[in-house]
Amino acid sequence: MNFSDSNGTRNTAGALMERQAVPRTPVSSTGNRLYAQQKRRRARPGQSFFQSVKSALQAVRANKLRSLLTSLGIIIGVGAVIMVVSISESQSAAINQSLSNLNPNELTIRSGTTNTGGVRGGQGSRQTLKQSDADAISQQVPHVTSVSPIANANGQVIFQNQNWSPQQIQGVYPSYLQLGGWQMQEGSFIAPSDLQSSTAVAVIGQTVVTNLFTPLGIDPLGQQIRIRNVPFTVVGVLAAKGSSGSFNDPDDVVYIPFSTAQQRLTGSLYASSIALLVDDQSNLINVEDSTQQLLEQLHNISNPANDDFTIQNQAQILQTRQSVVQALGTLLIGVAAISLLVGGIGIMNIMLVSVTERTREIGIRMAIGARSGDVMSQFLIEAFVLSAMGGLVGIILGSAGAFIISQMNGSSFVLSPVAVLLAFGFSAAVGVIFGFYPAQRAARLDPIVALRTQ
Amino acid sequence: MEYKEQEMSRATGVASAPTSAIRLRKLKKHYVMGRNILPVLHGIDLDIKRGEMVAIMGPSGSGKSTLMNILGCLDRPSQGHYILDGVPVSEMSMRELADIRNQKIGFVFQGFHLLQWMTAIGNVELPLLYAGVPTEQRRERASQALKLVNLGSRADHRPVELSGGQQQRVAIARALVTTPAMILADEPTGNLDSRTSIEIMAILQKLNSRGMTIVLVTHEPDIAAYCLRKVVLRDGRIVEDSINPEPMIAQAQMAQPAVEKKGT
Repeated sequence: MNFSDSNGTRNTAGALMERQAVPRTPVSSTGNRLYAQQKRRRARPGQSFFQSVKSALQAVRANKLRSLLTSLGIIIGVGAVIMVVSISESQSAAINQSLSNLNPNELTIRSGTTNTGGVRGGQGSRQTLKQSDADAISQQVPHVTSVSPIANANGQVIFQNQNWSPQQIQGVYPSYLQLGGWQMQEGSFIAPSDLQSSTAVAVIGQTVVTNLFTPLGIDPLGQQIRIRNVPFTVVGVLAAKGSSGSFNDPDDVVYIPFSTAQQRLTGSLYASSIALLVDDQSNLINVEDSTQQLLEQLHNISNPANDDFTIQNQAQILQTRQSVVQALGTLLIGVAAISLLVGGIGIMNIMLVSVTERTREIGIRMAIGARSGDVMSQFLIEAFVLSAMGGLVGIILGSAGAFIISQMNGSSFVLSPVAVLLAFGFSAAVGVIFGFYPAQRAARLDPIVALRTQ
Repeated sequence: MEYKEQEMSRATGVASAPTSAIRLRKLKKHYVMGRNILPVLHGIDLDIKRGEMVAIMGPSGSGKSTLMNILGCLDRPSQGHYILDGVPVSEMSMRELADIRNQKIGFVFQGFHLLQWMTAIGNVELPLLYAGVPTEQRRERASQALKLVNLGSRADHRPVELSGGQQQRVAIARALVTTPAMILADEPTGNLDSRTSIEIMAILQKLNSRGMTIVLVTHEPDIAAYCLRKVVLRDGRIVEDSINPEPMIAQAQMAQPAVEKKGT
């Protein structure tokens, strides 16, 4: 009775022979003890976690398409989170940067009513500010060093065969050079005489130069450009302030005399807003108050609640913008969280299908000695591996998307490690939470029934 | 673990023999269906010694499958005692039974029951994985087991790349890799043609000749003819327990040119 074949090594078969040779103690109580010994000997470590992950990966690989579809929800959810967080962080960074560029002494008066929380309502639908308001402020309010009404226009600017739509085309007073904190690179800013005679002259920012003149290699000074088909002569080029984020490029501007803008471009008697500069920051509140009183008086408003204008300082404007970006980010993270949830349900769904499909496999595993706990952890780990892999792919895709978008906008690429860790942790947790029910179903299968399943 | 030696001796009238692989005493099984109790096994007494090769036969409805499930520790008896390889398993929890299945029982099924996406050796390793055997040792023991069923060269093939007979041999390797107390084969040749059936029986006989206890559940007399002992079940009772004085030798049959046997 030689169990070991040709080589005769001590192996499976050797052990089997030993089983034969060892004289057996009688059954019953000794049997119990014997079992206890064997049990102790088999105080089994079971499948190690590493081993389980390995076999889970095997199972994932065996069902490539299904695995991909399962993780898709997680991939999209995590990708969206990463992308949104990355973009909103780079925007926040841009806003913070422009905050530091700001002139804290500047005030802006806008027409229209306001709602609470700084959200402007009805602006544009109701124009109330006039050039005379600006002149009155400049004459009557103390501590105001310069004032300019602003007429916003928009449209295409054309030079020869080049065209460009600047973010801002504004009609302003000559004092706006100081107000906007601009330096001239060449030429001169709008002169008071231009304002009086409504000359068709324009001062352009660096971004406009880059887009209209650089391709042709022509010096813009003295050239004729057309704004909405009205010809203007370029009399000055502004020095660059520096780009700070895509949506707020300060150099993407064209300034023309206020009167010219009113007559040739907007055709409106009103100003979009009025900018003014206060001599010292300590007088800001005073100036705000007296400007408000003056305008109420001019507009015949007795109750401040009915004010048809808003006074904001620049910091407030940027804070508003900041909070909009944050609110948008929060909203999108909410959407991403929902898609992660949906992804989790997708995992649960597919895992349930997988448990049903693999009922016989579960039966086989139980027959050869898998405990319920082994089956449970197998499916849990599979769900974990699926969602963790989905999370990794999502992080890669999300970062790539954020990177591409930042390249397109010319904004900076920020990848928050907190967001990455959170997204990954969240997706892994989703896998475990939503994998729990299917895993439990698998673990509770009766091996006899499971084996009979086809 | 309430088992008492005296009770046992009184019941059998014999001192417990050290050579029993399986010992069933007054084993009963019934199923509860709503208000009805459906008795399936009416008190089975059976001893199978180590190294025996026993065929368990019986028509459908005889309780054959139920008995096999209990022998395989997949199910628990309602009453009575089952001692497997010296261990009283009838009172064990399902969790403990999972360990017993892993340690002491090697299953061979009619439908092979291999995991399709694993290689042959992966399938054979599986029970050792659950036993917590380290990787190196696992591979070594699995390939030994595959050699024992003459499939050493096919270790890295997946089940779909193997014939039915080869798949069943992989299943046998998986059953014996843990050196169990017995191999429990449920219609192991049911899905195979007669030529391949003889091959499988030859392997089982070879294992048996080296000391492995084999319990074969079948309804085919041709297959039972390879076993030295035949136990027949009817209506939940053992109605025949006989020794086959001249079991067929599969190895010898294989040496002969194709024998005409019953169809698949």
